[in-house]
Order: sequence, then structure tokens, then C-alpha cells
Amino acid sequence: MDKIPILHMGEFLLVTIQVDFYDRLAENLETDLVTTVMKTGARGVLIDISTVSIVDSFMGRILGNIGMMAKVMDAETVVVGMQPAVAITLIELGMSLAGLHCALNVDRGMELLRSKLSNQQESSHVPDGRSKL
Amino acid sequence: MKTNGIKADAISSDAIVILEKHKKNILEKWVSTMLEDPNLRDDLMSNADLKSQSEELVYAIIDSLDERSIEDSKSSAFDKVNDVLAGLSISRAKRGYSPRETGTYIFSLKETILQVLHDEIKDPSSLYQQNRKITRVMDGFTLASFETFIKGREEVILRQIGEIADISTPVIQVWEGILALPIIGTLDSSRTQVVMENLLNGIVETESAIAILDISGVPTVDSLVAQHLIKTVSAARLMGAECVISGIRPEIAQTVVHLGIDLNSVVTKSTLAGALKYAFNILKLEVGNKKLPTSLN
Repeated sequence: MDKIPILHMGEFLLVTIQVDFYDRLAENLETDLVTTVMKTGARGVLIDISTVSIVDSFMGRILGNIGMMAKVMDAETVVVGMQPAVAITLIELGMSLAGLHCALNVDRGMELLRSKLSNQQESSHVPDGRSKL
Repeated sequence: MKTNGIKADAISSDAIVILEKHKKNILEKWVSTMLEDPNLRDDLMSNADLKSQSEELVYAIIDSLDERSIEDSKSSAFDKVNDVLAGLSISRAKRGYSPRETGTYIFSLKETILQVLHDEIKDPSSLYQQNRKITRVMDGFTLASFETFIKGREEVILRQIGEIADISTPVIQVWEGILALPIIGTLDSSRTQVVMENLLNGIVETESAIAILDISGVPTVDSLVAQHLIKTVSAARLMGAECVISGIRPEIAQTVVHLGIDLNSVVTKSTLAGALKYAFNILKLEVGNKKLPTSLN
């Protein structure tokens, strides 16, 4: 059974999807990822989908789910490298992936994660600081 | 009176019967006349094609002629003829025939038919009557062929209008990391698609973090246009770029609020300058008065 590797790097988890993202694989990724977030206590998840050229509503939902699941476990999710055609398809399918953050490339994604995290730490003493993020 | 009526009917069916009887004859005569014509464009259509096309037309016309349809060139009995004519007119236009040549083609059929009637009907007054009827019907066909030709042209023009709309959605890089899209004209769904594609490709190419959609050239913003704008903004967000909508004129602000459109999820500015300022702020850039030459370099 194919598996998408999840790399653990400091406070973050890195996922690079470099194969055809079929349904079963996506479901496995979802489970693996939440388990790993739990195990490592990661604060951020970065998913690189720059080589994914085909999406459907299921993939969109899986990505959105991952974002929301990570959020309830106190981790931010950034999806990076989405291709224009993929973005248009998702929008046409009516999925704006509101629970996720998006960035153009891995570099920007890491930057975004770090800034989210430092914001969180700064406002950690404010009770409703996290709900704003 | 009564005898007159009967006589007229007899004549009318007479012409139809003659044409029906001489169908083959008419076709042969017509084709041979055309082939003898020095202006024949055998460079555009082979003689076999011409023959089969002409055969289709002659049979369609003669088959649909009856006592009633011969009086009325708009009769539904001619639907098939009009279909044949439309196909013929379009195919000839595509092959490069001028409208005049297509018109002449149908006129020459009329001439052949009139010639046959002339040979068959000896009584001058009934010949005149039949000529008049046939002429009217055939002229209607010629006009129909012109109409189709013009319709074809109009379709081309419409397509070109669409193409112009496609071209007129530029994506401009106003600063490192900042894109501007001046949208001019109404934003319908096909245009939104083009704008979206251009914007997303621009974001990838220039690695921009902020895109400014300037809608000062959009005449009206209704709920559909707003929905298209929001779609574009969300697509850009998926690419990791933030969108600012600028150029919101007072009238647009009024309609947006009156229609109850929710633009809260989008950053909006009244002018492009305001949007640019906001973008500079996000990118932590500063534009100052005196230090302008050094700080901007």
C-alpha cells in the first residue's frame, strides 16, 4: 500500500504529494497526518501539492478536513504550490477551502507558518486570541 | 366567375405538374448552363460537387411546391428548401464564393425554370401568371440565401467581440509582488474565467503576494458580477495571494449595499492608489516624499 511520507521538522510537519492523489491514498493521508500531529505535537502542517494537476471535490474535501482537524488539534495548515488550473477547478466546485491557509511556494508557506505561530505565542495570554486565527 | 376559378386552379397545378415532370430536365439544363458559363468557379468547387448540390436544391424546391406553397414563399412547406439553402449558402461562403455569386447561382436556376415553363405553356396570359409566381418564390429563396450569408458574418463578428474581450484583460505588475488587473467592461462568467486564468498565471509567474482588481471600468456591479469577483478573489487566495478590490465608485457602493451583497470577506478600496498603499503596507514597503529616489531604488 502506497503511503505519502510525512516529514517531521522541528515544530512542523511537511507533506509533499508527488504521486497521483487517488481517493484511498488521500484517506490514509488524513488519518496518518492527524496521528502524527498528535504524536509529535506539531504546531504547523505544510502540504505541497505543486505536482498535483487533477483534483475533484473529494480531494478538496480531504484537504479542507485536514485543515480543520489540524486546527482542532491546535496546528495551522498551509497548502502550498497549488496550480492555477487546480485553483480554478476548486473554486468552480464551490470549495474555497476556508479552513486552510494557502501560499505560493514552500518558502512562502514556511514564512506564513512561522508568522502564524509567533502571532499565536504573542497573543497566547489573550483568551480569545486563538479563535481569531 | 366559377369557370374562372376552376381555370386558375388548373393553370396553377399545370405549372407544378410541368416542373415535376421536367425535374431531371431542369437539373440537367441548369447544370449544363452553369458549366458553360465562362465565370464558373471550378477552382472553388468540383463539378461533381456542384452537380450534387444543385440536384439537392432542385429536388427540394420542386418537391415542396404545391398549390398553396407556390403563393407564399414563407410557407412552412419550404422549410426543407430553406435548410438546404442555408447549408448551401454557408458552405459556399466558406469556400470563398462572394454573395453575388451565390445569388447568381439561384437566379440562374430561376431562369432555367422559366425557360422550361416558356417551352411548355403556350398560352401567353397563363405563362405570365406562372412566371410571376415562380419568380416570387425563387426571389424569396435568393433573399433567404443572402440572409444566411449575413447571419454567418454576424456570428463571426460576435466571436470577434468575444476575442477582443479576452485580449482586454491585462495583468500588470505594478511592483515587485504586486499585480494589478484593470477590468474594463462587464464581467460575465466567460470573462471571469479569462480574468481568473490570467491572474493566477500572473501570480505564478511573478510570485506576487497581492493582486489588485480594479473595477473602475466596470459599468455596473450586480450580484452576479459580485459573485464573479468573489470567485476570483477566492481562487487567488488558494494560490496564496491576497486580493484587494479597488475602484469602487459611489454608485457601485450604493448598488452593492442595496442589493445586500456581502463583500466583507474582501478588502475593498475606493481608488487604485488606496489599494497600492495597502499593498505596500502589507509588504512592509514605504513610500516617502523626500527620500523617494533612494528609498524606491
